[in-house]
Amino acid sequence: MLAAATEMTETVLSSGWFLENAWIIPIIPAISFALIIFFGKRMPKKGSEFGVASMLGALVFSAGAAYQWIQRVNGAEEGAYIAPIVKTWTWWQNDGVSLGIGQHVDGLTVTILLVVAFISSLVQIYSLEYLRGDRRYTHFFASLTLFSAGMLNMVVAENMIQLILGWEIMGLCSFMLIGHWWEEGANSRAALKAFFTTRTGDIGLLTGTAVLYFAANEWTTKTLGVSGFSIRGLSSWALSGDPSSAAITVGAVALFIAAIGKSGQFPLHTWLPDAMAGPTPVSSLLHSSTMVVAGVFLVARVYPVFFEGLNILGSGANFIVIIGGITIVIAALLAFVQTDIKKVLAYSTVSQLGYMMMGLGAGAWLPAVFHIFTHAFFKACLFLGAGSISHSSSHHSFEMKKDMGGLRKFMPITFTTWIISTLALCGVFPFSGFFSKDEIIDNVGYAGYNVFMIVGLAGAFLTAAYMTRATYLTFFGSPRGASAGEHHEEEGHGAHASHDDHAHDSHDTHGHDAHASHDDHASHGPHESGWLITAPLIILATLALSSGFLNAAPFGHSWENFKKWVEPSAEVINPTGIAYVTGGAGEARISSDEPTEPVEGEEAHSGAPLAAASGEEDHSSEEGHHKSDCGTKTPVDGVCVAPQLNHAPFKWSKAGLSMLIVFAGMLSSWILCVQLYERKNKKLVGLTQRNKALGAGYKFLVNKYYLDALYENVIVRSIAHPIARGAYWINQNILDGIVNGAGTSAKTVAGWVYRNVDQKLVDGAVNSSGNAAQAAGGALQPVQSGKVNMYGALLFGAAAIGALILVIINT
Amino acid sequence: MIAADLLVAQNIGFAIIAAIMVIGALRVVTTSNVVHAALWLVVVLAGAAAQYVLLAAEFVAITQVLVYIGAVMVLFLFGTMLTRARIGVETDLNNKNWFMGVPVAVLLFATLAIALNDGFGDQRLPSDSPVVSTQQLSDQIFGPYLLPFWALSFVLLAAVIGAIVLSRRD
Amino acid sequence: MLLNQFLILGAVLFCIGVYGVIARKNAVMVLMSIELILNSVNINLLAFSLRNGSVDGHTFALYVIAVAAAEVGVGLAMVLLMYRNRRSIGLDELSEMKG
Repeated sequence: MLAAATEMTETVLSSGWFLENAWIIPIIPAISFALIIFFGKRMPKKGSEFGVASMLGALVFSAGAAYQWIQRVNGAEEGAYIAPIVKTWTWWQNDGVSLGIGQHVDGLTVTILLVVAFISSLVQIYSLEYLRGDRRYTHFFASLTLFSAGMLNMVVAENMIQLILGWEIMGLCSFMLIGHWWEEGANSRAALKAFFTTRTGDIGLLTGTAVLYFAANEWTTKTLGVSGFSIRGLSSWALSGDPSSAAITVGAVALFIAAIGKSGQFPLHTWLPDAMAGPTPVSSLLHSSTMVVAGVFLVARVYPVFFEGLNILGSGANFIVIIGGITIVIAALLAFVQTDIKKVLAYSTVSQLGYMMMGLGAGAWLPAVFHIFTHAFFKACLFLGAGSISHSSSHHSFEMKKDMGGLRKFMPITFTTWIISTLALCGVFPFSGFFSKDEIIDNVGYAGYNVFMIVGLAGAFLTAAYMTRATYLTFFGSPRGASAGEHHEEEGHGAHASHDDHAHDSHDTHGHDAHASHDDHASHGPHESGWLITAPLIILATLALSSGFLNAAPFGHSWENFKKWVEPSAEVINPTGIAYVTGGAGEARISSDEPTEPVEGEEAHSGAPLAAASGEEDHSSEEGHHKSDCGTKTPVDGVCVAPQLNHAPFKWSKAGLSMLIVFAGMLSSWILCVQLYERKNKKLVGLTQRNKALGAGYKFLVNKYYLDALYENVIVRSIAHPIARGAYWINQNILDGIVNGAGTSAKTVAGWVYRNVDQKLVDGAVNSSGNAAQAAGGALQPVQSGKVNMYGALLFGAAAIGALILVIINT
Repeated sequence: MIAADLLVAQNIGFAIIAAIMVIGALRVVTTSNVVHAALWLVVVLAGAAAQYVLLAAEFVAITQVLVYIGAVMVLFLFGTMLTRARIGVETDLNNKNWFMGVPVAVLLFATLAIALNDGFGDQRLPSDSPVVSTQQLSDQIFGPYLLPFWALSFVLLAAVIGAIVLSRRD
Repeated sequence: MLLNQFLILGAVLFCIGVYGVIARKNAVMVLMSIELILNSVNINLLAFSLRNGSVDGHTFALYVIAVAAAEVGVGLAMVLLMYRNRRSIGLDELSEMKG
């Protein structure tokens, strides 16, 4: 059935084997998953070698694809449209509808491919040490590998159906990995919560895909010869002026709801902090750097749909920017009241995802995608650092206040990498976060969303403050609890005792060696982790430091490589350039060999500089952007695949301002921390107990804005319980009642008649009517005989009578 | 017109086979011996296969013989023997109120007959239509109807697993 | 040939099958009656297929045969289970649902 419809995209643009065969990348971990499941337990390393090898293979392939993509872009004219490399095969078809599976490789794809393969490789290497001796070691690697396969599949997806496939695989793996230690009730509850919350959003994904398919299919089939599921079809359809505003708005909102669920945006962010119940490598890979950006990726992938449907860059705020802005602030505030280091990082992740969404909502597509890229490195590094601390120093506890403190002396490598990543997260120059996050804030302001620029700056302040607090509690001050060498034997540390217990269990079950090494940990006190843990940390920290220079706007245009490589050019192009028919009955292929030519007259737009208000005319013209009408006007003689977006010119004054805000946040937080935790300043300690307003605010935050209570107690109870109760009531009163009730009510009526009418009518008449009623009840009761044959007779009899009535009416 | 058609050999064949099938079907539901019922069912199924041939459906007819008469009937006989039903006359094969079935069946047949007579009156089947080739059929199954085929294969898989799980002793 | 003669034959078999489902107590006999019903459906499918000159009916007749095979497999497994638990395959004894 694999009717291959391979094609050469263009004669002008270079391609390469890795680019042409990017679809192999998700296959590698998928095969490895099968190998781990079937043979993993028999292998000397319990299947982990398959996982690590497959991820390294995927990394090599991704790197090759990325390299060849860069070659392709560099080989083309500056600012020209670089056609994605698309391949499709018919996956399945059924009378009229045929679905393809294949690849859609462009700059965004290779970026995310590289990030996912890279972080997955490092996390798997890290897990070799971190989960050594775990009772479900093989299953852990199987799930982790399957997750990578799902995510890579979603990233290379050629159409929405393939994307949904990957998306759901990720959801499943997230569920399995959060609940990895499901013997703890808290863990399995967290897994269920994560699953159900994201599923709530997934309803939007299915709805949105269906709505967009039915709205777009006719246009895409006619114009491009591709189905309404395909990503390039949807993108160009959205900008074609064909869609009715209702259809595209409904589709975009529905898809964005899916993104809210997956990417932990307000108000569905509540699952993400609970998801930290999983092993730390899982938190690092799935719930901070890769899986949770799937929602952001979805928005970036079919960006034109959101651009048109939600009126981005139009007048007034739109849905995406509002949700993003709210998420930034509420999540950052929540990070202040957490004592669990992983929860601080979880809320930080939610907040950073809010930045990405806000950027996308304000037309800052490139900075948002770049933030995915940089954020993955430093957030993965922070999580792995937290894991390193708990693994080697705090006796498997994540409680900052109880079990950490003063660790910088014991764990120099972890400490250094942590500090680098924290600075990157806060957005300090010249760490990577600065180049991406500041760009987002800058562009949001430049696009006219001033309120949201202030929100972004406030978020930067809060980020700096809570990260300083976490750093202080972890690495400075004096060692407390487990990190001071105390050996807990008690089981309870709140929710995360699970990890602790788990460690005991697994060591007990896995024999003497493991147990002995565990005792080593305890007796030697806090110490640095092994090289399998520190090596990934060092690599990630190096990237957290340096990856920002890929798109270092401050140093001029020649440094903006990421923009050049990744951002799709907003040109009106010939529809045949992207029109490859998906397999199909006749394997019809619409002249795919035709090279993509910019439509005549397009050149007239070139060279028109952005209407930059600043004095840096030099800079903006140097950008060499072809100012096209895509996204603003209906394209004639062709299609657009990306809307024209503006880029804020970089100004040191703005960067300086945000830098000041960040340092102010760090400084004030540091002073507060020293006063609170070191000096035990009487004025500050216990302030929340003394001051009612502050106490109320603290309680509000500790209870996470009561959103969980709202969901579980109000919404679930008000929806699920009435349904259950209603069903029970119907069962009890109606279904049972109909038959028995027919008899008994008739009896009651008869009794009533007997008592009241008896005196006035002849006894015999009354008695006979009562008897008749009783007989009716008695005659109906055998109907509920419980016998299958009887039910069959009733069914067919009723059907025959109904059919007979229909026949008589119709003849 | 109808009288002329009756002379056609096909119609004679149909009438004979149909009569055998109806008698066989009636015996299936009335006989008091389970094994006899199964054997009468074979007669009905073979008759159905013959009717399929008349309807220019050779492949389906062959499948009917292979799957039904070959496999399903063996299953029935196994089922009968494993449940140690007496191989012989049983008196209590029917329900107490089996007579309920008669009015239902008659009513159903009357309805169907009226509807069919009304709807298709004297429509004729083409007498010279070519036999449907296996290739045509496979093109249909693995072409436009691939998805139901997939669904069906899952149903079969589920049935296999379900049958094993249900019937194994544990 | 008339279309109706096949349809009426199908209807007769169907009604006999329905009678069997209602009247029979033995679970195996009920399954046999269900086979009668399925076969009558197949006759209808093929008759209409010939009349319309399409192959669709053949396709679905094959699918019906496959589903019937699955149904018999699971049905007989259930009968076996029932026999093992109750030493009887009388459907009239399965009346826990009695109202």
